[in-house]
Amino acid sequence: MGEPETNDEFPTLRCLAPDGTPVGDTDVGLSEEDLRGLLRWMILARRLDHECMALQRQGELTVYPPFEGQEAAQVGSAAALAPQDMVFPSFRELAAAIVRGVDAVTYLQYHRGTWHGGPYDPLETGFAPICVPVATQLVHAVGWALGAKLDGRPACALAYFGDGAASEGDFHEAANLAAVFRVPAVLFCQNNGWAISVPSRLQFAAPIAARAAGYGMPGVRVDGNDVLAVYRTTREALERARAGGGPTLIEALTYRLGPHTTADDPSRYRDEAEVERWRALDPIERYRRFLLASGVADEDDVAAFEAEAETWVGRVRAELVALGTPPPSEVFDHVFADPPASLARQRAEALGDA
Amino acid sequence: MPEVTMVAALNAALREALAEDPRVLVFGEDVGELGGVFRVTQGLQAEFGRERVFDTPISESGIAGMCVGLAMAGFRPVAEMQFDGFSYPALDQVISHLAKYRERTRGRVGMPVTIRIPSFGGIRGKEHHGESPETYYVHTAGLKVVCPSSPLDAYRLLRLAIADPDPVIVLEPKSRYWSKEEGELTAEGPGLGRARVLREGSACVLISYGAMVARCLDAAAGLEAEGISCTVLDLRSLSPLDLETLGGAVRAVGRAVVVHEAPLTLGLGAEVAARIMEEAFDHLEAPVRRVTGWDVPYPPASLEDVYLPSVERIARAVREVVAY
Repeated sequence: MGEPETNDEFPTLRCLAPDGTPVGDTDVGLSEEDLRGLLRWMILARRLDHECMALQRQGELTVYPPFEGQEAAQVGSAAALAPQDMVFPSFRELAAAIVRGVDAVTYLQYHRGTWHGGPYDPLETGFAPICVPVATQLVHAVGWALGAKLDGRPACALAYFGDGAASEGDFHEAANLAAVFRVPAVLFCQNNGWAISVPSRLQFAAPIAARAAGYGMPGVRVDGNDVLAVYRTTREALERARAGGGPTLIEALTYRLGPHTTADDPSRYRDEAEVERWRALDPIERYRRFLLASGVADEDDVAAFEAEAETWVGRVRAELVALGTPPPSEVFDHVFADPPASLARQRAEALGDA
Repeated sequence: MPEVTMVAALNAALREALAEDPRVLVFGEDVGELGGVFRVTQGLQAEFGRERVFDTPISESGIAGMCVGLAMAGFRPVAEMQFDGFSYPALDQVISHLAKYRERTRGRVGMPVTIRIPSFGGIRGKEHHGESPETYYVHTAGLKVVCPSSPLDAYRLLRLAIADPDPVIVLEPKSRYWSKEEGELTAEGPGLGRARVLREGSACVLISYGAMVARCLDAAAGLEAEGISCTVLDLRSLSPLDLETLGGAVRAVGRAVVVHEAPLTLGLGAEVAARIMEEAFDHLEAPVRRVTGWDVPYPPASLEDVYLPSVERIARAVREVVAY
């Protein structure tokens, strides 16, 4: 059984081998219930992801970006967050969102096409709006973290981004500003191997995590399909940041098993053999084996999580397809706190009561 | 009455905003120790400390992006882009996020952010230091854009911008930074979205903003001697436009000339002219004329005067419109 392919010497932290056997200290400071909880979230997330693909194929969602294969990277990192922290996602972090407590139906209104951004409350959930412009959310995280620092709050911003975003200028600006201002921020890269059709080897010539040294912050690479290693790495970075130790760059090596989005056809640019190699490194199966072998969970627990997932996605689907179209006035209602007269005129014209 | 420069007026506006509201932060390139390359932030770091007034790396997208995050964290950021031409790397953050955040969050997360941009030409600057970026911002829904023409109004507009719950781009006319005006600094008076009539006449309305307002006033003074009396309308607010004041002024006179430094094509004059058609067509005695920069890159210092609307170009356009 293989391991994530890297062509460099940069170390990759790991707690579990791909077959679920411990390869290091597996005590990450979680109770048995919380350890089972990580499996539960991953099972719920994958089931939801599959349902979203189906909903899109059935015309119930617009374009959808699946995250299958990245469950450990998202669940492990999101589970490490504290309530006062703030997440700045890109657009593929549905698994992280549900762990954070964001209502799945509300989140999916974004992909349903009923509202931009995701109409959940970012401040209440600690989860910023879904962010499509690549890497731009990283700088928001730095600004928010600077605010937390100025207020003396022990809170940390965690920004998700992909390997593709690591080539954007905003990645550099965010990393540099985070380090210069020594803000409580974690820049969490899910390196899933592909920026739509462009593989990692055509995107960067050195490990993303290795860049941290150039900015003056710790850089850690972790096996992104090892939920325990992701959890531990993220929690250490968050705790260091909240204690005033500054930012951390984390690179989680994982893989996007599905297409970039439902509008993408990966058979045009990658071999099925590569996908199969990564399926064998499945994060859920790896962790399930570990929990069963260590006696933390049994088959009944797993079956219960799967049953819960089934019921839950059924409810999500039902609520989602029952969503109505927002009233036309919504187009105008949230642009300004106090809309100018010229916009009020356009509103009246659009709504037909001019 | 005290006399202040625009730099001093802007400095006072920032100082008072910092003093009144502990959530106000001032940051940008060289705004701390140096006090800004134009000294607009002079003395503020010494007075309010390095946490509230601070230098950033040369990182315009980062500056604008941090405004978004700081606003989410409950702050009221006032950022400086050092020059017009240097604000372009931040456009993605401004257009994609700053302008849209309130809407994307259904009003839950507003962006009480002010971005100050020393703008326009007329100071014999190098390339990239004489740009007129207003159309980029005016064309972006969700932003307010203001441009003062005088020191007292610069103070007023900056205070109003900082107090506003939505993002405001303040385009400061560099060539007027050292102009002086007598009077008390006050935020009272015309509001953020209002235009001002600076001079009333019966032959033609000169519509402008920023540094070109002074040239319009000079042109109007010269034309008065020829028996052509002009209204001079200072738009102040480029977005939203004050259609009420604009329409009223043109309906009263029936002739209009729009003046700006920005290139002609799709400059703000195009929008103003179209609005005049909608607001005052039945009152027009002549086609609306535009006196603007040319559709060329801003020229080097020695050729600046070829580009910028001169008092004579403005006066000639008025004479033609009046003679139509």
